[in-house]
Amino acid sequence: MVNFIIFCCLAVMIVVMSILAVTAKKILRAATYLLFVLIGTAGLYLLLNYHFLAAVQVSVYAGGIVVLFIFAIFLTSNKGEMVETHNIRRIIYGVLTSVAGIALAGFVLLKHRFLYSGNATVEGDTEINMKMIGTALMGTEKYQYLLPFEVLSVLLLACIIGGILIARKK
Amino acid sequence: MFDFSIVTAWIDHFLRTYLDEGWALLVEFVLVGLVILTVYAVLALLLIYIERKICAFFQCRIGPNRVGPWGVFQSVADMVKILLKEIIKIDRADPLLFRIASFLVIIASICTFGAIPFDPALHAVNFNMGVFYLLAVSSLGVIGILLAGWSSNNKYTMIGAMRSGAQLISYELSCGLSLMSIVVLAGSMQLSEIVNQQAEMWFIFKGHIPACIAFLIYLIAGHAETNRGPFDLPEAESELTAGYHTEYSGIQFGFFYLAEYLNMFIIAAIASTMFLGGWMPLHIVGWEAFNGVMDMIPPVVWFFGKTFFCVFLALWIRWSFPRLRIDQLLSLEWKVLMPLALINILFMALCVM
Repeated sequence: MVNFIIFCCLAVMIVVMSILAVTAKKILRAATYLLFVLIGTAGLYLLLNYHFLAAVQVSVYAGGIVVLFIFAIFLTSNKGEMVETHNIRRIIYGVLTSVAGIALAGFVLLKHRFLYSGNATVEGDTEINMKMIGTALMGTEKYQYLLPFEVLSVLLLACIIGGILIARKK
Repeated sequence: MFDFSIVTAWIDHFLRTYLDEGWALLVEFVLVGLVILTVYAVLALLLIYIERKICAFFQCRIGPNRVGPWGVFQSVADMVKILLKEIIKIDRADPLLFRIASFLVIIASICTFGAIPFDPALHAVNFNMGVFYLLAVSSLGVIGILLAGWSSNNKYTMIGAMRSGAQLISYELSCGLSLMSIVVLAGSMQLSEIVNQQAEMWFIFKGHIPACIAFLIYLIAGHAETNRGPFDLPEAESELTAGYHTEYSGIQFGFFYLAEYLNMFIIAAIASTMFLGGWMPLHIVGWEAFNGVMDMIPPVVWFFGKTFFCVFLALWIRWSFPRLRIDQLLSLEWKVLMPLALINILFMALCVM
């Protein structure tokens, strides 16, 4: 019951802030609303007792990516600049894309059989230990993720080299 | 040895005899929140008084001495003044972001404050990934500073915010890395577990040289995180009037001011928890009588003693060194502190193995 109330508060916050983020006229305000959406998502993870993912959400998305967005806005846009209004064609395309996205997400959600859905007695809400996450991330056995982890770091390295290449511009 | 578990257990028992479990929990949550906010405000007053007195002694002055004996009520009087001040409306500022900014800064600070273990029983937020939580939540404050600088419609606040953003993002790295070397030593990220492991010996002694290096790096980087001392470029008053909070007035400025002082306290508290044993008394293996005497001192006294020692170090540095230039500041972080912290983690891992 309490969980349901908290979930409703978070859901309303996320939905309202998402709509505000898309419709805001000033781009920095849009970034701020996006920050609240991301914090609300972290709240959902906390509600699921997945504390590690909540902290990752806050530190990577809220503390890292939104700060990058704000820096990019500072460096590129003029003060008081409004977002230009879109023409009808772009709005229609946008609506179509979002409907398709909702349909896809809804299809997956309704089709997928969740692990504990048929068996409500299983305790799904115990806090996941940091050690478990660490060994799963760094292990080489079945259901452990060392290889994807390292491949991701190659991707990041490529991004860094690309950034340096663009910034040098000789 | 007195600790607060007696008090908290009594309150819990008292509430449960009169209320259902759910309502008792709700009352306890509200109580915990109120206590944290009150302690936050009272500590801010205390820290402002301490800072003014110590600053005065460093400069061979007397400091506040009119309100109450030795001026102890000076910061209370200042608080009343700041609460009654008018909040000035800024022309062509973005009013929404202008307000949100001050709240973001203080909320990030309070969230971090809640996770500090003051005592075995006085520990509100005790997650499995406690250290990570501290780093994650404290990184929200920089957004507040950036928004404050942008929304005030002023060149100086803008420059201050940009400097602050660059500074905080860079120094967060070596802050996190130096804490990670202690996590390697402890094998846990939970703050209560980290404190309990220091029962025999504090980590700064147990971890040999790597722990000492990590402590130094953390003190420097943490001090830079608070925007104070030789690292106060974001609000360098001789060049930028007051940096990112130039345009703020009344209690909105008060929020920035409170958060600044409490961030200093939080950095000192984390340093004392991770390196100096938090509320754990000083124990030396084999000296039973000595350990017994040390156990007589309550944990809260140990905690605040160590924390105020670290606060004193921060004030000492602040009033002794001249301000750095922004390029010196960033090269100190990227060329000295961060490589040192990375190598230090490696050494710590070797020590632990």
